[in-house]
Amino acid sequence: MSTSLASRVTGAELPLPYRVIARHADTDDTVTLELAYETAPLPAFAPGQFAMLTAYGIGEVPISLSGLPAPHETARRLTHTLRAVGAVTRALHAAGPGTVIGVRGPFGTTWDVPSAAGHDVVVVAGGIGLAPVRPIVQAVLAERDRYGEVVLLVGARTPADLLYRDDLDRWAAAGVQVGVTVDRPAEGWNGHVGVVPALVASARFRPGRSVGFVCGPEVMMRFTARALTDRGVPASRVRVSLERNMRCGAGWCGHCQLGPLLLCRDGPVVDYARAEPLLDVREL
Amino acid sequence: MTATTDVSANQPVLIDVSALALLFETLREQGYTVVGPTVRDGAVVTAVLDSADQLPYGVGVETEAGRYRLRDRADRAAFAHSAGPQSWKNVLLPARTRRWSADRSPDGTMVVSGPDEPRRYALLGVRACDLAAIGVLDRVLAGGRHTDPVYAGRRDGNLIIAVECTEPGATCFCASMGTGPQCGAGFDLAMTELVDDDGHRFLVRAGTPAGAGILAALPGRPAGPASVGQARDAVAAAAARMGRTMPAVNLPGLLAANRQSPHWDDVASRCLTCGNCTMVCPTCFCTSTEDVTDLTGDHAERWQRWASCFDLDFSYLHGGSVRTSGQARYRQWISHKLGTWHDQFGMSGCVGCGRCIAWCPAGIDLTQEVDALAAAAAVTS
Ligand SMILES: Cc1cc2nc3c(=O)[nH]c(=O)nc-3n(C[C@H](O)[C@H](O)[C@H](O)COP(=O)(O)OP(=O)(O)OC[C@H]3O[C@@H](n4cnc5c(N)ncnc54)[C@H](O)[C@@H]3O)c2cc1C
Ligand code: SF4
Ligand code: SF4
Repeated sequence: MSTSLASRVTGAELPLPYRVIARHADTDDTVTLELAYETAPLPAFAPGQFAMLTAYGIGEVPISLSGLPAPHETARRLTHTLRAVGAVTRALHAAGPGTVIGVRGPFGTTWDVPSAAGHDVVVVAGGIGLAPVRPIVQAVLAERDRYGEVVLLVGARTPADLLYRDDLDRWAAAGVQVGVTVDRPAEGWNGHVGVVPALVASARFRPGRSVGFVCGPEVMMRFTARALTDRGVPASRVRVSLERNMRCGAGWCGHCQLGPLLLCRDGPVVDYARAEPLLDVREL
Repeated sequence: MTATTDVSANQPVLIDVSALALLFETLREQGYTVVGPTVRDGAVVTAVLDSADQLPYGVGVETEAGRYRLRDRADRAAFAHSAGPQSWKNVLLPARTRRWSADRSPDGTMVVSGPDEPRRYALLGVRACDLAAIGVLDRVLAGGRHTDPVYAGRRDGNLIIAVECTEPGATCFCASMGTGPQCGAGFDLAMTELVDDDGHRFLVRAGTPAGAGILAALPGRPAGPASVGQARDAVAAAAARMGRTMPAVNLPGLLAANRQSPHWDDVASRCLTCGNCTMVCPTCFCTSTEDVTDLTGDHAERWQRWASCFDLDFSYLHGGSVRTSGQARYRQWISHKLGTWHDQFGMSGCVGCGRCIAWCPAGIDLTQEVDALAAAAAVTS
């Protein structure tokens, strides 16, 4: 590659090698990978942003940031949690410590957590959607006194599909209102059964002074956003993280359109006032 | 060599058709690979050209919805053909490109190298509509937060020799899109072809110092007011002879208001979802990537290829595609071209070249679909 072209190539284009330094199996099909850069770090990722992760020779997929580096970690680590659903995520799921994968990014809009300072923070997640909102809770707890009530409502298919159980316990102990519900209970489950939007009604927060952060399957986000707006949270203060097919992350491939939005650039985090009329149109 | 002309800025020059041979030579000497129109497989295509002899002299085209035919002209004009099945996208954003390759080093890390350094292209015969289309690709692929280095690499150092349109086709509507037929800016040289009893010649103006440098190497003479007027009239006449017109309505507003229109059922009953319109469109930029590896797994490559919003897997998400119906896929295409492109990039995604109309096997014409939507809106409002 000649210098003129090399000078144009950035972390947005060529996957930089990152090594898996820790792999934690969260559930049967979901792992959290800690990644450390090999040659050079990418710019810092903010909660809500995503990376394009490459399993060399297999393919590339968008995966959100799922954890903030601990304050003492100076080196830029990346944390991603992914569910094995197809060829690429299966290959990444199988990547043990020492494996080198490719990373591009950071891409997309952020949850803009600091803008919720002075407000109650209501985080609602369904399934793997807990991964992209985990850095919100971490960021809020790192500066706890800047925020009001902190609510985290989590839905999972079964108790065995629940992610980050240690975190949930720790956060509950730190004063976060943690509510967990499952679609199908198992032996020994004595928590809620049902869909997660149903937990919104009984959570304690001041609707007029709250910011909602919602991530999960699209119908779950629509019902949750409605539950939040029904309680009086303005739609413009409810943020959802939307998913569409993404091939590049950088605004070049055209796949992630949702009407006027290019979700890799104008999303994935979009406020619900903007998202609702678009999600209302079938097959948009 | 015959007397060369001292070209002062914006002084139009007349060159004879025979000077095209020298133009090719000059471009080659300066390191350019010339891409221009030539006849291949019954169509005027854009291809790498070795000499001016390969230009489509005396070839005209006839277009209609779903129809494209070459026809013989009475004269030897080289650029008297409207848009063919290809565009400059085929050069600047080829249908298949290698984005990078990676080799595993002994310690397991991957050493990645970028794409090959592209050639420097001289694009010869760029119409005003296609000049606008290159501007659209520049905005989309190189004008946002991230610049696509592969596109930028192929685009950098281009020399653009525009040829103004004097023979619009029946499917053309650049005049109503405000992109042509006269070339405003964005070219190094702009030529207007004149063929009559006074001979076969080109009125040429330089748009940049690079263009002026090329022009200075060609045998030419200052153009008098008569030739300048003749060229202007020929282009103005072309504007008046466009075969089609895009209705003068607020296109983004019309399309956004019609997301749920029953008209999409009507289009879907005709559309084959073949994606031809997206392939021939000079601004349709969507691509997909494929990763490949050798048998050892130590060498991997990423390839990019054109994708179409008419493909079912274009909108695939785990569990199924978002846009499965033909209704939704046609709506996405036309709404993006004429509507949401403005939201995303501050400009229209359609330049009025008419290719999608001519190359649609079902003869679907976006200007008529807009007409139908606008008429229905007028009835219901
Ligand atoms: C912004 C964003 C953030 C995401 N964050 C996470 C996360 O943190 N954790 C997580 O587990 N999942 C996340 N996903 C979903 C994840 O990207 C998909 O599960 C993954 O792309 C599936 O690819 P696959 O090859 O493993 O599976 P398959 O479903 O078999 O996909 C087959 C092929 O379809 C294509 N495909 C399917 N879904 C997508 C997609 N969303 N984008 C591009 N191509 C796709 C790919 O080419 C893929 O190889 C996120 C998606 C988006 C858009
Ligand atoms: S939409 Fe049709 S007329 Fe418009 S630029 Fe594309 S091919 Fe040309
Ligand atoms: S509009 Fe015509 S060219 Fe485009 S997908 Fe439909 S049938 Fe094919």
